[in-house]
Amino acid sequence: MSTLTTTLPGQAPGPVERAAPTGPARVGPIEGLRHTATLSWRSLVQIKHNPMELLDFSVQPLMFLLLFTYVFGGAIAGSTGDYLTFALPGLMVQNTLFTTLNTGVGLNNDLTKGVFDRLRSLPIARSAPLAGRIVADMVKQTWAIAMMLGLGYILGFRVRTGPLDALAAFGLIILFALAISWASVLVGMLVSEPEKVMVFGFTLIFPLTFISNAFVQTSTMPGWLQAFVKINPVTALADATRGLLSSGPVATPVWHTLLWAAGIAAVFAPLAVNAFKRKV
Amino acid sequence: MLHTMTVTDTHGAPAIVAEGLVKKFGETTALAGIDLEVPAGTVFGLLGPNGAGKTTAVRVLATLLAADAGTALVGGYDVRHDSHRVRRIVGLTGQYASVDELLTGTENLVMIGRLLGLPRSEAKARARELLAEFNLADAAGRSAKTYSGGMRRRLDLAASLVGRPRVLFLDEPTTGLDPRSRNDMWEVVRNLVADGVTVLLTTQYLEEADLLADDIAVVDHGRIIAQGSPEELKKQTGAQTLAVRPADPADTALVETTVAEIVGASPTVAGNLVSVRVTDPAVLPAVVRRLDDAGVTVGEITLRSSSLDEVFLALTGHPATDESAPATVAQDGPADDDPAARIPAAARS
Ligand SMILES: Nc1ncnc2c1ncn2[C@@H]1O[C@H](COP(=O)(O)OP(=O)(O)O)[C@@H](O)[C@H]1O
Ligand SMILES: [Mg+2]
Repeated sequence: MSTLTTTLPGQAPGPVERAAPTGPARVGPIEGLRHTATLSWRSLVQIKHNPMELLDFSVQPLMFLLLFTYVFGGAIAGSTGDYLTFALPGLMVQNTLFTTLNTGVGLNNDLTKGVFDRLRSLPIARSAPLAGRIVADMVKQTWAIAMMLGLGYILGFRVRTGPLDALAAFGLIILFALAISWASVLVGMLVSEPEKVMVFGFTLIFPLTFISNAFVQTSTMPGWLQAFVKINPVTALADATRGLLSSGPVATPVWHTLLWAAGIAAVFAPLAVNAFKRKV
Repeated sequence: MLHTMTVTDTHGAPAIVAEGLVKKFGETTALAGIDLEVPAGTVFGLLGPNGAGKTTAVRVLATLLAADAGTALVGGYDVRHDSHRVRRIVGLTGQYASVDELLTGTENLVMIGRLLGLPRSEAKARARELLAEFNLADAAGRSAKTYSGGMRRRLDLAASLVGRPRVLFLDEPTTGLDPRSRNDMWEVVRNLVADGVTVLLTTQYLEEADLLADDIAVVDHGRIIAQGSPEELKKQTGAQTLAVRPADPADTALVETTVAEIVGASPTVAGNLVSVRVTDPAVLPAVVRRLDDAGVTVGEITLRSSSLDEVFLALTGHPATDESAPATVAQDGPADDDPAARIPAAARS
């Protein structure tokens, strides 16, 4: 032991017995993807044991769809059929945005319940707990949108464009949700308990989705509100989804949505990653 | 000199070396310069009351927390600069169970096996093996939120063993466990050491450190205030208390002088019970013999381990109490089946 403590001139007393480097010092990219896949699997398997969650992201959107169509449809658009055509894209957008909160809630749960500590003590990619959660949430999002479209179809909604346009609509919604997820991640990393993510998210996302043209035409609102509706990214996304699924302009709202998504991600992704790194 | 760089795990080389670890949380100094050296294949006990800095030390050594100053090598790898390699050889069971409550016992362990690169079938086999070993086979398919506190602890420990770590950190592994579960946990630690694993455990129980550890460091306010083998420590602190009660109360004075003479310290007398802290257990037969020679019939004579409180008093002159959570709370322990007792306050809702 004493022979191993060596002090070279001009060097601080060296720590003893440094091991020879065996094995890589970091995680390779392929390995990192595998860790992400395993942790996404974990998030999805959780659903099996938590029926409430299944209810949350399956039944709830369907209920909203039925409520809006049959309760408000007649009053807002004159007929439930017309309203469905107008509102289904909006409802898909609204549901997706609310669901992004789950990302923050889930991460906060992992943080406060000690699961992150367990994961951090393992030789896995630092980003995997975050990436795994996000990937799993995207899968759930896609599932929820597909279910809404399926029920919409039963109720009489028809895709009047092509399958590629419909796919593009899916992709655009998911992409925008991904951008918003970064804000959700940031909040999830900063607050002390999962419920606070919900409170924070609702106060932000409620006005954002309702003061848009997701459910009603912009022209029916007072002028001062229209000003906000027109610049609201949710309006752009709802318009783009309508255009891609049934009819209406496509290019402009799609570009607006993409720009917004890029802007939101540019602001929140670095903040969220930073907060995550500080905790993980 | 060059050969120093190629030493990996020669026998007797320290598995853990820490030098001058300092960690501050705002105004609180959790670690005020900790030096440790744990030889490979041994059990090291960090003994201290609540708030002493045990968890912080473990988190630094297990790469979860960066120290403000000082260095630490685990398995020869620097915890800060070579953290990935450290993580490949360590296992950590934190003070609070960190299992995924929404997964079953099996799923929890399979997830970790997969993360460690085991193929699916091997991960499943390893999970089965560990669940059987930790008496969780019957609950393997139930989600962990239905587990009792003791079961969660065991699952958490199993989780830290999936990768067969060479160095294992156990942060208060038995706090709050019932005596039987505590014994089981001790058995697990002994088996691991028999397999060559190096174990660093923290505890608030002197008895536990005494039973399990080859070396003990007593921590107080982020500082090591005493260190050595259990024997050395007991010598230093008078870790045992001798109590004698004569059958005839009239003999009390004689007992007192005899004990004082042999032990070399003045005993306290309560009624007809004469007690004194001793460093050498050999005084017991000596006292028995002398009293016998003097014709005193002894009604009761005991030599018991001092409590952590008594050791602290001997070492520091102040009792081992903490403003936030007195050690006695942990000692009377919450019931084993109270899971809330093992969830950090922040997680309770
Ligand atoms: N994350 C933290 N933030 C602020 N203070 C902390 C934190 N972790 C520990 N401490 C403080 O550091 C001290 C040592 O804590 P800890 O290492 O948990 O002690 P032990 O495990 O011995 O009970 C305590 O005073 C505790 O309050
Ligand atoms: Mg602790």
